[in-house]
Amino acid sequence: MAHHKLLPRQYLILGVVAVSAPLGDTCLSRGMTALPAITLAHPATLIAAVFTPWIAVGIALLIGFFASYLTALSWADLTFVLPATAFGNVIVALLSRFWLHEAISLERWAGIVLITVGVGFVANGPSLTERPATASSLAPQLEVAEEEPVR
Amino acid sequence: MTISAPLTPVGFWAATAMIAAIVLCSTAGEVLTAAAMKSIGDLDEIRARSGMKGAIRAVVTCPLFFAGVSFLALAFFSLLFALNHLNLSLVAPASASLTLVTNAIAAKIFLKENVDRRRWTSAVLVCIGVYLLAH
Repeated sequence: MAHHKLLPRQYLILGVVAVSAPLGDTCLSRGMTALPAITLAHPATLIAAVFTPWIAVGIALLIGFFASYLTALSWADLTFVLPATAFGNVIVALLSRFWLHEAISLERWAGIVLITVGVGFVANGPSLTERPATASSLAPQLEVAEEEPVR
Repeated sequence: MTISAPLTPVGFWAATAMIAAIVLCSTAGEVLTAAAMKSIGDLDEIRARSGMKGAIRAVVTCPLFFAGVSFLALAFFSLLFALNHLNLSLVAPASASLTLVTNAIAAKIFLKENVDRRRWTSAVLVCIGVYLLAH
């Protein structure tokens, strides 16, 4: 079934995709910057980092992101779903500036605005590429036809 | 030349390599995952028909899904490594936005998605945005 206009529930799922990813990334950043510098010579320290509180919360948020992301991919194109996540860059910038106290230059703000405008272009288009019916999509109909009694 | 405001002094090419590793692994993972979800069908419909367990079973029994998740796991550890050396405000937008562009190309080639003028315009705007973010 080709959906070109999304239902309110589907927009809600895209909203969860957009918000949970930047929140998760911010928690990961908070956790990783608190750790001493990790080198490629000791990759096992990356595994140990997974069990620290901020990283664990970040991972929990990213699991929520992944569940809603998979749901969205089952009814929309990859090139439609991914731009929806780009709006999260604005949230990352706000969290970086006001929570992590990182400096955000005017150029970076301009970049974030351009990304958001780019997302707007995609969001106004169809959500799914229309495809001709395939043998696999017709299979359930054929099975129903086979179950009908022969007269 | 160094990337602006790094946590530790990191060269331009080292930072580029860190972000490129995230982008390549993410693109492979997302294209494989998208192919898996398209082969499974609408999860909302499966959940309505077979319940949550049926939807989870449909996902975890798909080999393409595991191939995608493996690449996404690689992308995740690349992200952790990069966050240990670079600012979140550079790594997150740059990797996410570049992934958007590489995914548009990969989706057209491998998933046969209709990447029309609207979606390419979006990709160009995002590229300029990434350039501004990194300088």
